[in-house]
Formats: sequence, structure tokens, C-alpha cells
Amino acid sequence: MASPLLEVQHLRVEFPTRRGTLLALDDVSFSIAPGEILGVVGESGAGKSLTGAAIIGLLEPPGRVAGGQILLDGQRIDNLGPEAMRQIRGRRIGAIFQDPLTSLNPLYTVGRQLVETIQVHLGLDAAAARQRAISLLQSTGIPAAEQRIDQYPHQFSGGMRQRVVIALALAAEPELIVADEPTTALDVSIQAQIIALLKVLTKQQGAAVMLVTHDMGVIAEACDRVAVMYAGRVVEIGPVAQVIHRPAHPYTVGLMGSIPAMDQERERLMQIDGAMPRLNAIPAGCAFNPRCPQVMERCRTQRPDLLDAGATRAACWLHDMKTPA
Amino acid sequence: MLAFVIRRLLQAMIVMLTVAFIAFMLFQFVGDPVTNLMGQDATADQRARLRAELGLDQPFVLQFAHFIGNALQGEFGISLRQGRKVSALIAERFPATLELAAVAAVIGLALGVPLGVYAALRRGKFMSQLVMTGSLLGVSLPNFLIGILLILVFSVLLKWLPSFGRGDVVAIGALNFGLLTWDGIKHLLLPAFTLALFPMALVLRLVRSEMLEVLRTDYIKFARARGLPDRSVYFGHALKNTLVPVITIAGLQLGGIIAFAIITETVFQWPGMGLLFIQAVQFADIPVMAAYLCLIALIFVVINLAVDLLYFAVDPRLRIERSGGH
Amino acid sequence: MASTPSAPLAPTASALARFLDGDVWHSFKQSPTAMVAAVIALVCVVAAVFAPWLAPHNPQDLASLQLMDARLPPAWVADGQARYPLGTDDQGRDILSALMYGARISLLVGLASVALSMVLGVGLGLLAGFVGGRIDSFIMRVCDVMLSFPAILVALLIDGVGRAMFPNAHEALAFTVLILAISLTGWVQYARTVRGSTLVERQKEYVQAARVIGVSPLRIMRRHVLPNVLGPVLVLATIQIASAIITEATLSFLGVGVPPTSPSLGTLIRVGQDFLFSGEWWITIFPGLVLVMIALSVNLLGDWLRDALNPRLR
Repeated sequence: MASPLLEVQHLRVEFPTRRGTLLALDDVSFSIAPGEILGVVGESGAGKSLTGAAIIGLLEPPGRVAGGQILLDGQRIDNLGPEAMRQIRGRRIGAIFQDPLTSLNPLYTVGRQLVETIQVHLGLDAAAARQRAISLLQSTGIPAAEQRIDQYPHQFSGGMRQRVVIALALAAEPELIVADEPTTALDVSIQAQIIALLKVLTKQQGAAVMLVTHDMGVIAEACDRVAVMYAGRVVEIGPVAQVIHRPAHPYTVGLMGSIPAMDQERERLMQIDGAMPRLNAIPAGCAFNPRCPQVMERCRTQRPDLLDAGATRAACWLHDMKTPA
Repeated sequence: MLAFVIRRLLQAMIVMLTVAFIAFMLFQFVGDPVTNLMGQDATADQRARLRAELGLDQPFVLQFAHFIGNALQGEFGISLRQGRKVSALIAERFPATLELAAVAAVIGLALGVPLGVYAALRRGKFMSQLVMTGSLLGVSLPNFLIGILLILVFSVLLKWLPSFGRGDVVAIGALNFGLLTWDGIKHLLLPAFTLALFPMALVLRLVRSEMLEVLRTDYIKFARARGLPDRSVYFGHALKNTLVPVITIAGLQLGGIIAFAIITETVFQWPGMGLLFIQAVQFADIPVMAAYLCLIALIFVVINLAVDLLYFAVDPRLRIERSGGH
Repeated sequence: MASTPSAPLAPTASALARFLDGDVWHSFKQSPTAMVAAVIALVCVVAAVFAPWLAPHNPQDLASLQLMDARLPPAWVADGQARYPLGTDDQGRDILSALMYGARISLLVGLASVALSMVLGVGLGLLAGFVGGRIDSFIMRVCDVMLSFPAILVALLIDGVGRAMFPNAHEALAFTVLILAISLTGWVQYARTVRGSTLVERQKEYVQAARVIGVSPLRIMRRHVLPNVLGPVLVLATIQIASAIITEATLSFLGVGVPPTSPSLGTLIRVGQDFLFSGEWWITIFPGLVLVMIALSVNLLGDWLRDALNPRLR
């Protein structure tokens, strides 16, 4: 495999609070190849958005990176100064956030926001930047781009706004896009369009995507590989088809099982008993052990690394080939 | 938008009519209207004639209409205290108050906004907390006390600045301006600063809290995520969004400045409308009180209207109709 | 730290005690600012209320004034005397005693004005919220207009009219006019808050049920609406006391406040200003200091009370 574009190695993010330090991300590791779309899925609070924020260096204080490394194209970016990080943001890593309604400055025209970003990173003059902005809007499927470029965000509908946001994120042609729940705030009918758009455009530019979401449907539709997060850890990672159809970690099994399928007859939805633990009450050993239907003695004391489990890798002692169960 | 303007104009007129009514009632029922209009030295004959002229035997509504007609021409009778026409008195004193208020407003904004931005961006640092404590004092201390303190420090102890009166003025046309002479400026500094302190502190706190709110928004996060330099994020995006609600409140403060000028003018014996009004209240000089009331109401109504229109001009969300699209 | 929420259901004294005994008191003990402010306010209030008994001299007793002792500086300055801790004015009056008597007047006027505006505002707010319709819009219109004019103007106007109508008023009348003037500037806030709460309560089913049964509106307002607005009204009242005191001080400073025979802190400051240039700063500065202390401490208490009563901040 070619060298990965993004490598997250043993990332730890903690939040010092008055009552002690909370570990929000605990030894998170994964990589993204150039042009690949990696989905990051999990419940609210599992740490998906935090991972994205850590990658682009916009962790909200007092959160901070407490261990591990983040490498972009082989270079460490987690320890860069603010100015160096700023130059990477937008130019090499782009970001898309959840709510298109609030992602755009209501007092600036769409064009102004686009041109500003383009000029900061690509140094074009005003006319060239405007041209580029128009063509960006066109490529995201906004009709009459030449007129709409001078309109304000509130004059666009939700789906249109998200297209503008995508245009903004792609304006400087970054190598990686971190998309944090890009479709969650949109109508279902629009969601498919936006996802398709994202796929097409990133393929065109050869950009990789880290797609954070809690919606398995989006994952299935858009991603090449997917990482499942739980309580600040990655519990399973692998090609999307494998993780969905042949999940190896009991949590993933539960997740997939709880999705109603139209071709199955079932009287009750499957659910996983209990709830994801809070940050200040994460169990020892495997974080999932209190809820796991296949829990073993070992799970309560030893925390598993990501182990080979056939087509995917899962952090579960069930797949430990070396030690007999 | 036109409908909005018309509605506001109508509201304004209703307010003005109400105020005029109150002023009219003052004239009619508090003290003797004839005395109000003619002064105390009129003879019985003159009074009788005026009574007939005024139509004091005429229906109430007609008298009111008459009053309004006079008021629109600036005719408010004769000051009981000074025996001169009220309109002349006010015209004489107005420029002084205007000068004071204008300079105070400029000081308030020119200091309040940057300090507020500073306090927001350097939140938690010592200087910023100092600024915030200072602003708390600014909104808690009464106007006259600030004036006295400033007089104590700058006039009595340091002897840098004069503490009463207006100093030299330069006449331009019918108006006098003190700003154009050095002496005038020295006389203007303490009263203007006293008057400016409360609105400045208010604007400061407002700017700071608005800016802190704005800095937490998604669009600022997105702007940072796009790699925009700090300067653009803070002084381009954040500042503009901060100032929109602030500008309207600051505009309303202008009315407050003109009102509080009453106190400041008294402390510093500044020969403006405010001092005139206080003397009128002390003396129960109804014509002057009524005239001042109407004038102030007019100023307030105009300011309120201007601020509303300003809001429209500045916030595109209010201006443009939604055009939709998917 | 979770204590049972003590929502007062009936406006009786015991409910009030229960209310204050729970989270609010706990929050008070945790806030040093609030405690310091409370102490300062308490000291000032006690000194003011018990001035005739606590003050070393009686500034109003003209016979006791010693002209020889006039213009003495505070005791810690060179020429000062221990008998007059804060110095004397140009007629030999002890500043400390004058302060205490003056604070008494200021507090009297301030509290009376707040009480009156509370009654007026709460009453009008209940009326507007409960009756609704034309009366409601009218009252709200009046509120809007009044809010757009600074308080001092309204107070000055009413005071001026009062003076014009009663040119030779005796003290009591003058005080009444003054208290009326100040209270008419403050009622709007109460009216709005109470109206809002009334509107909310009115929609609730138990109120509608009560009305259907035939319970009189007054009773409903008293038993159901009032307890719910007690909190915000209390906070408003605390903050308004400070602003009422300052308004009175301003009016007295301008010469249109309390009658000269009963000087308040504002009057003292006004008189003292004339002596600044002859170097006798204490005549005006000490009353100013006391005024600021009272206003600041009451304001801080009001701030703390507002945060303590705000369920969202707990």
C-alpha cells in the first residue's frame, strides 16, 4: 500500500477539569490513504468529532493532545505552532461541519467568503479569485452561480448552504477533508445528493475524506473503510462491506443488528443493553465489557489492542489467536 | 420595508402628540397659562386681551390645535424666570449641549469599542480584568460623582484643567463652538469625559459580551478551519458581527447622553440646555419645561427611528427577501 | 449538592423561609463577593436606620453646632480632632453624623420608591397579563414609551410639575412628590416581568380549571401567579433600590430632590462641591463614598441573587 496520507498514532486527548482529568480519546490509531474515504462512526460522545478537531488543531480549550502523534504525509502536525497549523488548515486539510445554517457568516456574501479563502491560500488577485469562486459554486451544483455568488447565506436553502460550505472547504484544493456530520442537519432527500456530491468532488481533486457520522446509511453509501469508535477508542476498523456484513467486535455486531432492515421480519428491534459509559466512569479493561454478551474474565482487566479478525481488525479478545480463551 | 418605515413614523407621531398633549396640559393647568405666555409683568389689560386672543374660552381641542401650531413654529411663550422668549433661550443654549453631547458620544465609542474588543480577546488576563472592573465602576457610579471626582483630581489637585464654564468660543454663523479654541477644548474635556464614562462602560461591556458570544459560533470555527489569519477572523468576521447589535444600542445611548447632560452641565456649570432645564424645574418655569420636554421627545423619537433604520441598513437578513432554491 | 427544589406553592412567611433556606442560602455562603456586599450593606443600613441613636452628634440640632470647629479635616489628618472622625463642614457639623442622617433619608426615599413602584408595576403587570386585550396593549405601549426615555428625565419632569403645582409645599408633600417621581420611573420592569409570568400561568390548565369553577381572578393571581414571580421581582427590587437611591441622590444634588431641611447624601455632596477648591475635600467626598458603597453593595447583592435564583446556572 502506498504511504498513507494521514496517520493517527496512539492519539490521546484529555480535558483537565476541576474534578480531575478526563480522557476523551484513549490510544486512537488509524490511517487514511490518499483519495480514500474513511468513515468514523459511533454514538454521540464516542469521540468522533473530537478526533476530527484534534486533527485540524481546533480542540476547544481546556482540551489538549496529551499523547500520540498525527502525521500528514509523514510529517508531524500535532506539535506545530499556531501559525504553521493555520497554514495547513484550509490548504492541506479542509473541514466541513454539521450545521450549514450556522457555518456561514450571515453578514458576508457567499462570494466574499469564498474569495477571501481563495486569496488567503492561493494568492490570486480579486478577479481571478472571483472566477474561481464562481466555478467552485458551479461544480457544487448551485444554479446561476454568477448571480448567487453575491447573495447572502440566508438566501440559500439548507442543502444549498451545505454545497456552499463544501465549496469553501475545497476552495484551496486540500489533500484531506474532515467532514463532521455533514448531512445530519439536512433533509433525508438532500442527504443523498450532498453525499454524492462529496464523493464526486473529492474523487476529482484526489482528496481523502474522514467522514464522521452516526448514520450507518451514509457510511454504507460513501465510504471505502470505516472505523467504529466507542468510549474514546477505536473498537473496529476495516473495509466498509466487511464491517457491515461481517462485524467482528460485539459492539459492531450490536450496532448492525439494531438497524432495522426492510427485508427482515422482526418483532422487536435488537438493542444493546446499557449505555456507553461517561468519560469519568470508563470501565477497566475493555470499555465495552459491562454490556458485552460475550464477555470473558480477561475483558474486565486487560484492554485489547486492535487485533486481526479476518477481513477487519477488532479490539476484542475474542479474536486473540495467540492465547487460548 | 416601506411598510415598516411608515409604521414607525406613525408610532413616532403618536408619541410626539402624546408628549405635546402633556406639555399642553402643563401649560393649561399648572399655573396660569396667560402668565406662562406673557410673563409675570403683564398688565391686566394685556392679560385680558391675550386671554381672548388665545381663545381660552374656546373648546379644548381647538386650544390644543392652536398649541400644536405654535409648538411647530417653536413658539412656547416666555420664560417665567428670565422673561425672555423660550425659543430664544433654547436656541442660545442648544449648541453648547450639542457640542458636549457629540464629543462625549465620540469619546464613548472611540474608547468603548476597542477596549471591549481587547477585553474579549485577552479574556482572563490581568489588564482585561482591570478594564472590566473599571467598566463596572463606570456603570455603577452616578454621573455627578464622577464629575466631582474628576474635578478633584484634575482641577484641584493637578490643576491641569478648568472645572466650570465653557471657555472661549468661536462663532460660526449663529452658533458658538468651543472646540475650535484650545481654551474651549480644555473646558470641554472634563465634562465630556464625565458624560462619556457611563455610555463608554456600557458599550465596553456590551462589545465584550457580544464578541465572546460571536467567537463561539460555528462560522468563526469554520473561518478558522479554513485557515484564515487571526486578523481576518477577529477584526473581519467577528468584529462585524459583534458591532451589528452594538451599534443600535450605542445609538440609543445617544439619547441617554443628551438626558444625562442635565447632570453634567450642572456639575460643571456648562451653559447648555440641561442647565436651563434644571433651573426651570427649580423655579417651576413651566414654559421652559414644556419646551424642553417637546424638544427632547423629538430628539429621542428621531434617534430611535434612525437606529431602527440603521439596523436595516447593516443587517442583510432584514433587508433582502428570501429567494429560496435548493 | 443536590437539594430538593423548594418551589414555593403559597406565599406565606414559612414558605419564604423554606425558600431562603435551601439552594439560595447555600449559594450565598459560597460567594465571597455576596457576603462582603451583604456586610457592607448591612452596616450602612444599620448606621442609617439607627442614626439618631448611633451618631456622635446631631447635625440637625443647630444649637449644638460650634462654629469654631468648622472646616476641620478628618481625624487622621494634621488638624483633625478625634471628636469629629471625618471632619466638619463650614458650619461645624460633624460629617460622620451628617452622613448617617443623610443615608437615613436616602434609604428612606429609596426604599419607599421601590416599594411603591413594585406595587404599581406588579399590579399593572397582573392586570395586563390577566385581562389581556386592549388594556394589555395599552399598558405595554406605555411601558415601551417610558422605557425609551431615561429615568432621570421622567423623575425631573414629575418633580418639576409637582413643584409647580404645590409651590409652597411642606416637607411631607415634597417627600411624597419625590417618592412618586422616582417610583414612576421604575415600575415598568416589574410590569413587564409580571405580565410575562402571568401570561404563562394563564395558559396552564389548572388556572383555566380554576376559572371554570368560578374562582375569582384575584385569588388565582394571588395564589398561583405571584409565588412564581416572587424570585425575579425580588431580584429586580434589589437592583432597583440601588438605582432609586442614586436617582434620589442625583435629584437632590441637582437641587430638586429632598427639601433642604432634610439633607440626603445627594444634598451633602452638592453642598460640599463648593468647598473642593478651598481644599476641604472631605465635605463632598465622604458622602460620595458612602453613596457608592451602598449602591455597589446593593447592586452586587442583586447580581448574586439573580444568579442564585436562576435555575439554569446551578
